[in-house]
Amino acid sequence: MDIDHGTLVAFSKSWGLFYLIAMAIAVCIYTFWPRNRKKFTDAKNSILRKDDRP
Amino acid sequence: MVAQLTKPERQECIVIVLAVLALGAILAIAGIRDPLGVHGLLIVALCLGALLYLLNRYNDPEPTGDRSTVYYDDPTRVGIAFTMVWAIFGMFMGVWVAAQLAWPELEFGQAWSGFGRLRPSHTTGVIFGFGGNALIATSFHVVQRTSRARLAGNVSPWFVLFGYNLFCILAVTGYFMGITQSKEYAEPEWYADIWLVVVWVTYLILYLRTLARRKEPHIYVSNWYYLAFIVVVAMLHIVNNIAVPVSLGSAKSYIVWAGVQDAMIQWWYGHNAVAFFLTAGFLAMLYYYLPKRANRPIFSYRLSILGFWGITFFYMWAGSHHLHYTALPHWVQTLGVTFSVMLLVPSWASAGNALMTLRGAWHKVRDDATLRFMVVAAIFYGLTTFEGSFMAIRPVNALSHYTDWTVGHVHAGALGWVALITFGSLYTVVPSLWKRSGMYSNKLVEVHFWLSLAGTLIYVFAMWNSGIVQGLMWRTYTEGNTLAYSFVDTLVAMYPYYIARTLGGLLFLIGAIVATYNIYMTAKRGPVADEDRADTPILVASDPQPTPAE
Amino acid sequence: MAEIFHRKLERTAIGFVLAIIAAASVGGIVEIIPLFTIDETVEDVPDMRLYTPLELAGRDIYVKEGCYACHSQMVRTLADEVDRYGPYSLAAESQYDHPHQWGSKRTGPDLARVGGKYSDIWHVAHLINPRQVTPESNMPAYPWLAENQLDVYQLPAMLRAQRMVGVPYTDEMIENAAMDAIGQANPDSSQASAVIERYGEATEISTFDGIRGTVTEMDALVAYLQVLGRLTDVAYLQPDSDEAPAAAGALASELIAPPDQE
Repeated sequence: MDIDHGTLVAFSKSWGLFYLIAMAIAVCIYTFWPRNRKKFTDAKNSILRKDDRP
Repeated sequence: MVAQLTKPERQECIVIVLAVLALGAILAIAGIRDPLGVHGLLIVALCLGALLYLLNRYNDPEPTGDRSTVYYDDPTRVGIAFTMVWAIFGMFMGVWVAAQLAWPELEFGQAWSGFGRLRPSHTTGVIFGFGGNALIATSFHVVQRTSRARLAGNVSPWFVLFGYNLFCILAVTGYFMGITQSKEYAEPEWYADIWLVVVWVTYLILYLRTLARRKEPHIYVSNWYYLAFIVVVAMLHIVNNIAVPVSLGSAKSYIVWAGVQDAMIQWWYGHNAVAFFLTAGFLAMLYYYLPKRANRPIFSYRLSILGFWGITFFYMWAGSHHLHYTALPHWVQTLGVTFSVMLLVPSWASAGNALMTLRGAWHKVRDDATLRFMVVAAIFYGLTTFEGSFMAIRPVNALSHYTDWTVGHVHAGALGWVALITFGSLYTVVPSLWKRSGMYSNKLVEVHFWLSLAGTLIYVFAMWNSGIVQGLMWRTYTEGNTLAYSFVDTLVAMYPYYIARTLGGLLFLIGAIVATYNIYMTAKRGPVADEDRADTPILVASDPQPTPAE
Repeated sequence: MAEIFHRKLERTAIGFVLAIIAAASVGGIVEIIPLFTIDETVEDVPDMRLYTPLELAGRDIYVKEGCYACHSQMVRTLADEVDRYGPYSLAAESQYDHPHQWGSKRTGPDLARVGGKYSDIWHVAHLINPRQVTPESNMPAYPWLAENQLDVYQLPAMLRAQRMVGVPYTDEMIENAAMDAIGQANPDSSQASAVIERYGEATEISTFDGIRGTVTEMDALVAYLQVLGRLTDVAYLQPDSDEAPAAAGALASELIAPPDQE
């Protein structure tokens, strides 16, 4: 096999971690972006409105 | 069922049924010397029944008016009926196999009724039959309401629902005949697996097309969870089930993965089936039906988003905790533990979010058993995820693995979380679906609640005890440094707990039967006049909800 | 920027699906792909044998009856397990297992090292009625295994499918699969020596169920049970497990250090 086990494992261990951190930052930015606040408030109240027709 | 279909759509149904019938006939002929042939005949018989029904109703009046201005709830209603049938079947099988462990004569000397063949019929019956139908039925309901759009198809919802149930029937009947891959929670053989892929892709397309029609700018968070459920289950199912059939006329196949790789892929599948089948989809129910029933918005929408990405990302790493101290490389085990512990954060975020939604409204929980189902479900979800993270730690796992502790943990999740949130959601949605002012009997909902809670607690406590006792006995040494107990000694110690757990399961089953009766009577007759109905929150389609203040 | 990106994602639900796949697939890829550099994950074991056709048929019965629901085939690297069952399991030992049967629950004992522990007669009696042998047992009885004839003519197809998923059966083994199954269950027959030739000296030739001339499902299952843990001697060549700390009572201290395979 061209790529040996050690390389793959090292890659898994390091890049998995970087990916995790990048992902967490992206999600936090989206969640706490000030302009999204209104959208989220609308969304959570929208399901309680009238729902008998599309 | 055909009332909402036009003539061309009815023709479409007939063509699809004929196509499936042809496939069944091919299996029946190819597998004439094999149990596969029985399944072929079963498919043919089911298709003939469907065909007869369709032809019989072919000339029924067609729907009038613009269908896009009304929601399409027929598939949800039928889906709820399937849910309850599978609940009773799956839980009955559960009680039976539990009783077999206490009284082995209950196999009655038959090949089909031994523990090894019945046990997967219990797990498939409750997870895929009961859970899966509940997810499909509620997802159809929720996606329409949150998108304010009708389902994007009139035939495809039926294909998804009936196709999925055909898969479940093939799976369960197969086990009785000894058709199984013996991969836990992925037992169905190759042809059933391929069929499920077809159904599942249709489901995904239907869901995405419905979302594309939505009138709300933002996709409500419940749909995120349902989507994650659909997408990731497809991924897991395909990778875990790649197999080579012995021949096209044989039900038997060999999985392409071997040994340690198969073990890792199996538990990557198995643990994420817990994550995306038994958690994500049911969290979708929680995030829709709990606010709906309590008539107040979810506590923090942001928390639900953080929880979503946390669960989607973290769960995938955790599967290897099923393989501690085995031949799996050590670094993979360590990664599994780390992420299992981190999972506690998004899990508790969801449970806490649910409970905080009810702050200042606990009197509703006291008075309304339906809301109580959902609250207790959230509490069990929190407890079970904590227990799960704890059990993933290597030294704890050394004790708990291979014992009933794991079984107890699974049932705390399956009974306490999955089943209770489902029943709470059904009691919320059923009256509005059948345009009733409430359930047939609120007293029966109350009875069901206490049966379920008592059953779950008895079951879980029995299994905690038996698991820890057996785990400790296995590792007890005498002063002479030899093992203190033979294996049989530890089995004998289990019998009282096996009887207790059978009782717990039985209570839960009785609860499900009560629920089925109540739902049936609600659909058929509507509520009886009883005095405690007045103060329960009632959701009726025609009854506009007050818009909460910002 | 993240906000614009995500808004676009939401417009098209497809993008959202891709985001879910991206988030969800990483964990699996990172943990699973390296395992496929198989020579590092699974030890190289020169003496590893293949399942004979009869043993493979027995394994298929084990799979068919769902034995994994109560029996594991994985001795963990814990002192009490090594003392109770034998040397801990190595990855190499299940390298030809499609699917693996490591299991997750021990209502009954682990079977990874059960081969050779009991006599054939014991297994037959135990399978016909477990409570005759162990009165306290709650295992189901399998009396019909002794009556059902094994369909040996299916075996070439089974071996061929096994070869397709990576088990190195030769053409000769596939062609003679049916005869080899009959031979293994009939000592002193002309076919019996051919089995030894093809599958190695260590292959157990026996009547298994005690009845000559026929090959039943019981023969197959017992042949499989008797080969469990004996396809290779590699596990027995490990440093003697008795030297490991086996302190009584202690929780963490009695664990043997796991094999460091990094």
